[in-house]
Amino acid sequence: MSAEQLAELSDLFVVAAVLLYVVAMVGFAIELAFGRARPGVAARSAGGALGARKPVAVGAPAGDGAPGRDAVTGLPGDHVDAGGDATAPASGGDVAAAGDDGAPPSRAAVRAGTAALALAWLGWAANLGAIATRGLAVDRWPWGNMYEFVVAICFAAVTAFLVTQLRANVRFLGSFVMVTVALGLGLAVKAFYTTAGPVVPALDSYWIAIHVSAAIVASGLFTIAGVSGVLYLLRGDGLSRLPARADLERVAHRAIVFAFPVWTFAVIAGALWADRAWGRYWGWDPKEVWAFITWVAYAAYLHARVTAGWRGRSATIVQLVAFGCLLFNLIGVNIFFEGLHSYADVD
Amino acid sequence: MSVQELEKPRSPKPAGFGPVGWLRWGWRTLTSMRTALILLFLLALGSVPGSVVPQRGVEPDKVAAIYEQDPALAEWYDRFQLFEVFTSTWFAAVYLLLFTSLIGCIVPRTATYLRELRRKPPAAPKRPSRLPHSATFDGDLTVEQAARRLRRMRFRVATGDGWVSAEKGFLRETGNLFFHVALLGILVAIGAGSLFGYRGNVLVVEDDGFANTVAAYDRFMPGSQVSAESLEPFSFQLADLKVSYQVTGDRKGQVLDYSARLKVNDSPEAPARDYELKVNEPLDVGGTQTYLIGNGYAPVFRVTDGKGQVAFEGPVPCLIEDKATMTSGCVVKAPDAQPEQLGFLLRFLPTSVPLTDGSHVSAFPGELNPEVQLLGAFSGDLGVRSGRPQSVYELAPPEVMKKLNPLLMASDTPKPLAVGQSVDLPGGVGKIEFTGVKEWITLQTAYDPGRLPALVAGGTAVVAIALSLMIRRRRVFVRIEGGKVEVGGLTRTEGSAAGFAEEFADIVKDLSAGEKDVR
Ligand code: HEM
Repeated sequence: MSAEQLAELSDLFVVAAVLLYVVAMVGFAIELAFGRARPGVAARSAGGALGARKPVAVGAPAGDGAPGRDAVTGLPGDHVDAGGDATAPASGGDVAAAGDDGAPPSRAAVRAGTAALALAWLGWAANLGAIATRGLAVDRWPWGNMYEFVVAICFAAVTAFLVTQLRANVRFLGSFVMVTVALGLGLAVKAFYTTAGPVVPALDSYWIAIHVSAAIVASGLFTIAGVSGVLYLLRGDGLSRLPARADLERVAHRAIVFAFPVWTFAVIAGALWADRAWGRYWGWDPKEVWAFITWVAYAAYLHARVTAGWRGRSATIVQLVAFGCLLFNLIGVNIFFEGLHSYADVD
Repeated sequence: MSVQELEKPRSPKPAGFGPVGWLRWGWRTLTSMRTALILLFLLALGSVPGSVVPQRGVEPDKVAAIYEQDPALAEWYDRFQLFEVFTSTWFAAVYLLLFTSLIGCIVPRTATYLRELRRKPPAAPKRPSRLPHSATFDGDLTVEQAARRLRRMRFRVATGDGWVSAEKGFLRETGNLFFHVALLGILVAIGAGSLFGYRGNVLVVEDDGFANTVAAYDRFMPGSQVSAESLEPFSFQLADLKVSYQVTGDRKGQVLDYSARLKVNDSPEAPARDYELKVNEPLDVGGTQTYLIGNGYAPVFRVTDGKGQVAFEGPVPCLIEDKATMTSGCVVKAPDAQPEQLGFLLRFLPTSVPLTDGSHVSAFPGELNPEVQLLGAFSGDLGVRSGRPQSVYELAPPEVMKKLNPLLMASDTPKPLAVGQSVDLPGGVGKIEFTGVKEWITLQTAYDPGRLPALVAGGTAVVAIALSLMIRRRRVFVRIEGGKVEVGGLTRTEGSAAGFAEEFADIVKDLSAGEKDVR
């Protein structure tokens, strides 16, 4: 196939991915809507177990598919962290399954969710196809401009979601992740589209594979955390069809715990590249400034999580501010500032 | 350190304490987690103006532009050191406080950590089965067997009458401490680099050379501890520059590759060696790196004066006016011309093509049909000998320009000259001839003794933070009573229960496996 054909194929794959993600979103949404409402903070609604320093017995070692339930409250244990008592962290399953109030969820709803999951995988494959064909068409790593970068981040976010789903049930996040990546890809196509072509010499280096790939992986994970964080703030403490706050918080924390070292690595790899390309490893170029701000903000989130009075809502806000910095670095800096990183190819 | 230990309520203000009490309170407050958090916020917030306001060290021309356009604003920016945020006093105050807080945090934590390392795991609780993870099975496991098997799984083990307790995951805290220390390391490395390192920029035309001395630089930015003698004494000649461009398609004219052929002498005595300088591949001589950062054209001119003598001959580096086509503006000065000094403004078109209206433009950045247009010629005192610094890209400062005598002003569509062609000035005061084309490169030379230490500290930080975030502290307790074995386990790190269930199940399986370790 010629480079032009491959590039066209890549564009088609992107469109296919958007469509599949949208349909998957609908499926996940049906599952949520016809599932049951969940209490906002599991423990509180179950009678004020929050902060109680009693050891929480869990029926059986959780894992192996069955979500662990708190034997006392009948709810998935997770909140005990909040009490800060190291001797009593209920572990339970990693993430709760849908349908927390005991009644079996409707079969149709579950089926919609399963179908949505299959569609999400298909969308993932199309997204992968788009990246691979683009890479073949341009004969370099396919993340040399903003369009390619955003497509890759969406792919990383879906990958993070689907891989997590393999280990623990996080279907409750499905529709929100899907809508986010569908919008992300849409934005990439509408606003950032760049025809396939070579990149400027400075980008033509193996460092792009190291530095940008790490940034993409971290950004994908941060996106999952961001989606969870927004939902956390949107839903109140009460009953809601939206996922439980404790679940959202846990997903966000895990995602950031994985993403933070990767982001640290991405920043340092960027410094190494800058040392090779520009003659200094750190020069406070706007992109560097915002990478630093983002990094400090996520570090602040990790500290907030262990600071009394900052858990939960405040920590979530910190996390979202950090995510805002990440997005600004991705989009705002490329558009508003001129710097050595201005190769984004957006007009 | 467990989570609660971080959460001692903030120390109450000492009522009526003496200065020592206040000092202690101040230190406690400074090293508290909440203060660290606030300082982190301030650090992030303080960096923002560094990206919004142009920085002197990065874009000095933009800073100058603000001074010109809005002096009052520039004045205010300057008052708050916003043109040099990252070297400002207030920014330094924030990070120095943060790092003081960090040291105040690390030292006691290291002490606690070392003590914990030596301490045995605590005795098993009476009923391990009440822990978050538990299992019970019947078997003839003995305390010694259980201890041995747990040790083999790299647990630290303590035993007692009918119980075993085991603990693992100390690398978490190790990672955390190393991470924070590595942050200090990065700061120190950067500081050392800015004291003992230097950067310089220079423009070199083909066939010209450069020797690494302070005087040779167009712009030299030394750290405060750098002396002129400490520069690595290398030199080189630019033999040739090759730039290739995309020839077809949407990206026509985009640079594909640069490569500059240098003849390098590592020291005055050393023999010359060839080096191909490319983007992303700096020249390294004894730790001093030289980078290729830009390129352009330097057409060669010969100016003959009214007396028929050559008043100027050589390449003139031109300023790029349009990057896409490399249309460049050139200035030729001939202060030696007789009877009057001569000056010329020209435009260089690397690939000149005629348009239908008779004008010429450059259609491509490569040198396919190089031509120059004479835009203006002047005679009179150029002010070159006034002793004031002069720009090579400007014929003369505006006040001098006004006094010059225009000899020739181009029409809107000056006819371009090809290589070898010339223009005679009116009145027989001289002529200018376009004799050839060379190219120039801009180079940056940097010496930073802090780069390797910074790299080591950065690498440490990455590994350490990964350990710190991925590893969980966990404990496993076993109680054996009359053939009944109770196993309980828990993690000691917030939010890290995930995944322990599987590990715990494996541990239980291993413990309950019958004769396994009977030798
Ligand atoms: C340059 C500033 C700092 C940065 C970038 C930074 C970064 C980090 C990061 C990324 C973590 C997460 C690791 C983890 O959760 O295990 C962490 C943990 C921690 N930091 Fe910092 N830190 C800084 C300053 C401080 C200061 C000043 C203190 C003391 C007041 C401090 C105390 C801690 C503690 C106690 C933890 C462990 C939290 C836990 O047990 O999970 N840090 N730090």
